[in-house]
Amino acid sequence: MLTHKHLLGLENYPSKDIQAIIDTAFQFREVLDRPIKKVPSLQGVTIVNLFFENSTRTRISFELAQKRLSADTVNFSASSSSLKKGESFKDTAQNIEAMKIDAVVMRHPAPGAPLHLTQFIDAVVINAGDGTHEHPTQAILDMMSLQEKFGKLAGLKIAIVGDILHSRVALSNIHGLQSMGAEVTLCGPTNLIPSFVEDLGVTVNSNLDEVMEWADALNVLRIQRERMGSALLPSVREYRSLFGITEERLANHKKEIVIMHPGPMNRGVEIDSQVADGGQAIILDQVLNGVASRMAILYLLCGEKPEDGNA
Amino acid sequence: MNIKTLPQKVLLEGGKIYNPVSNKLEKGNLFIVNGKIASEDKSQTFDAQAIDCKGKIVTHGFCDIHVHFREPGREDKETLETGALAALAGGFTRVCVMPNTNPPLDTPESIRFIIEKGESVPVHIHPIGAITRQQAGKDITEMGLMKNEGAVAFSDDGLPVQDGSVMRRALEYGSMFDIPIINHAEDKCMREDGVMNEGPMSTRLGLSGNPTIAESSMVHRDLALGEMTGGRVHVPHVSTAQAADHIKEMKKTNNKVTAEVAPHHIYFNEAAIEHFDTNLKVAPPIRSEFDRKALIEAVKKGVFDCIATDHAPHTIEEKEASFDLAAFGMIGLESCFGAVNKVLVKENGLALSTLIQMLTINPRRIMGFESDLFQTGIQAEIVVLDPDEEWLFSKTNIHSRSKNSPFINETLIGRPVITISKNKIINNE
Repeated sequence: MLTHKHLLGLENYPSKDIQAIIDTAFQFREVLDRPIKKVPSLQGVTIVNLFFENSTRTRISFELAQKRLSADTVNFSASSSSLKKGESFKDTAQNIEAMKIDAVVMRHPAPGAPLHLTQFIDAVVINAGDGTHEHPTQAILDMMSLQEKFGKLAGLKIAIVGDILHSRVALSNIHGLQSMGAEVTLCGPTNLIPSFVEDLGVTVNSNLDEVMEWADALNVLRIQRERMGSALLPSVREYRSLFGITEERLANHKKEIVIMHPGPMNRGVEIDSQVADGGQAIILDQVLNGVASRMAILYLLCGEKPEDGNA
Repeated sequence: MNIKTLPQKVLLEGGKIYNPVSNKLEKGNLFIVNGKIASEDKSQTFDAQAIDCKGKIVTHGFCDIHVHFREPGREDKETLETGALAALAGGFTRVCVMPNTNPPLDTPESIRFIIEKGESVPVHIHPIGAITRQQAGKDITEMGLMKNEGAVAFSDDGLPVQDGSVMRRALEYGSMFDIPIINHAEDKCMREDGVMNEGPMSTRLGLSGNPTIAESSMVHRDLALGEMTGGRVHVPHVSTAQAADHIKEMKKTNNKVTAEVAPHHIYFNEAAIEHFDTNLKVAPPIRSEFDRKALIEAVKKGVFDCIATDHAPHTIEEKEASFDLAAFGMIGLESCFGAVNKVLVKENGLALSTLIQMLTINPRRIMGFESDLFQTGIQAEIVVLDPDEEWLFSKTNIHSRSKNSPFINETLIGRPVITISKNKIINNE
C-alpha cells in the first residue's frame, strides 16, 4: 500500500514505496512471460491517457500495462497550443472527470502540470512526464532494471550522461536513486548541466572517462539533434568525441559498465550501435520493465486505497 | 470598505500626527474643512465631525509610482475606477499608471485620455508615457507633448529597452524635460524564457531560470548611461543584491539616480514557489533568500527612495494556467503597508518614520508632486494607520477587479484604517 494517492514525482517520495513498486513490478514481470499476458486486477477501472505532448513509447507502455491489467482505457491527445489558456486546461480536466474516471495518466510540456491537475479533479493522477521537471515512471523502470542487473540499488554508482538541462528523466532518477541509497554523478557539457544542481546532492564531472572509471552503470540520455549548431553545442562530431559512448571508449575500461538509455536513441551521437546492441546494454530490458513497472504503479494506485487517502 | 463623501468639517483627533516633511511625530488633531487642510481653530472645530484616531498615526496619503490599471484595453482586469478602490484600501491617494495598456500610452492623446478619465475617480492618477512607440524599443515618443498633457515619467515597463543606443537617446532627449526615465531592467537575451529565479528551486521544479545577472547587467548599463547623458534614471522593482549594489555605488556620485523596491521582493523568496503558485510569477522574479535579505539591508542603508507595488492585475484564467504559461504579475496595493511594515519595521528594525517617508514624500519628490501635504489649504490626502494590528489578508480585503495575490492567507502587520482622498473618506475597519 502506497503513502500517496498520486504519483507526481520522486522528490521526497518514500523509499519504501519505491521498493514496493519495484517488488510488485517483478511479480508482474512474470505475468508478461506467460502465454496469456493478462490479469483481471483492474477490471472495471477506467483510466484516461491524457497526452498534451507527443510520445510513442511511454504511451504504448502505459496502454499495454493498462490492457494487461484489464482496465478500460481512453486516449486523449491535444496539442499544447490549443491549451495555452489555463481555463481550457481546467475545463478539459473537469470535463474528463465529469465522465466518471478513476485515474489520469498525463504527459504535459509544463512543469507542475500534474500537480495542477490534482487541484481540479479527484481521480488518481500519474505523471508521465511534465516538461523538464519529472518523469517518475521512467526512473522507476530504470531502478527496476538496475536492481534486476545488480540485485540491489543501495551503494550503486550511477552516472547520468548527456543533456541534463533539458531532461525530465535526470531529475526523477536523481531523486529516486538517492532515496534508494545509490550515488549519482552527472556528466555532460557544462552548459547543459543545470545551475545549482549540486544542491541536490549529486556530483558533476564533465570528464566522461573519469566518470566511466567510477560508475557501475551509465544512463545515457538522448541528445536532441536540433540543439546542435546552436550556442549550446557546436557539432555532432564534437559531442560524440567528448560524450559519445563508443565501443573504443567502453573497451578502455576494464570493468563491465552497464549501459542504459531511456530512448529514443540517436545512434552515432550519444551512443554507438555496437554499444547499444552489445552485451553490456540493458536497453531492451528497460523497455520490458517499463510495462511491468507501470502495471505495478497502476495496480498499487488504482487497485488499492492509499494510506493517507490523499496526496 | 465604506466610501463616503467627506463631511464639510472633519476633525481627526486623539491620534499622533506624523509629518514626513519635518520628520516629527506629535500628539495632535488634524482639521479638514471642505476637503482641505485647515488650521485648528476652536471657534471652527466645535461643530466638526470628530473621528477618533486614538492609538493611530495620521500621516500623508501614500503615493505609488508604479501601478498597472489596464485601462484602456483590458478593463476585464482593472479600470482606473477599480484600481482607485484598491489604492484607497491600501492607504494610497496618488498613483502613477504604467503605459503598457492596449493601445499603449505612447501619444499625447492617450495621456490626455488618462488625465480626463482620472479626474472622476477618487484618487489622483498620473500617467507614465511610453519611452518608445508601441513600446517596441525602437523609436522614441513625443515626450515633450506628452509631458504637456500630463505625463510624469516615461517607461516601457513590462518590456525592457533592450537596445542600449535607444536607451541612450531616450535619456539624452528626456533630459530636456527633467523627467524620470524608468526602464524595466531585464536583459532579454540573458533572461531567455526564464519564468522564475535561476537557482536551486528552478532546477528542482524543472522551470527555466532567469539569472540575477539579467537584471544587474542592465541596471548597470542604465546607470552608466544616466551618468553619461545627464538624464534622470529611476530604477524600478529592484530584485537582486547586485543591482542594489550598483545603485548604491552610483548614488555616491550621481544624485539624480532614484530607485524603488516592491513589497513582494522583500517579503517572499523563491522557496515559496515550491508548489508552482502562479500568483508568485512576476517579472523580475521572486529571488533567493540571499537577495531578499540584501534588499532589506539596502532599504536600511537608504539605497531605495521608495516602495512601489507594481500592482499588476490579471484574470483568473491567465493565472490558472500552468506556471510556464501564466501571466507575469501580482496585485499589491491592498497588502502593501501590512507587508512592508511587517518585514521592514517589525522584523528588521527599520524606523516606521523612514518607511512612511518611502511611501509619501520620497515618491512624490521623484515625480515632482507637491510633497508638503499638511500645509493649510492643500486638498487633504491623508491616511490613518494602525501600525501594530495583526490581520489575516484575505480575498475580502481585495478591491481590485483581479484577485491574483500571493498575500492571501498571509498574516500582515499594520493596516491603513482610514484614507481621505479627493473629498472622499474611506473606512477600512
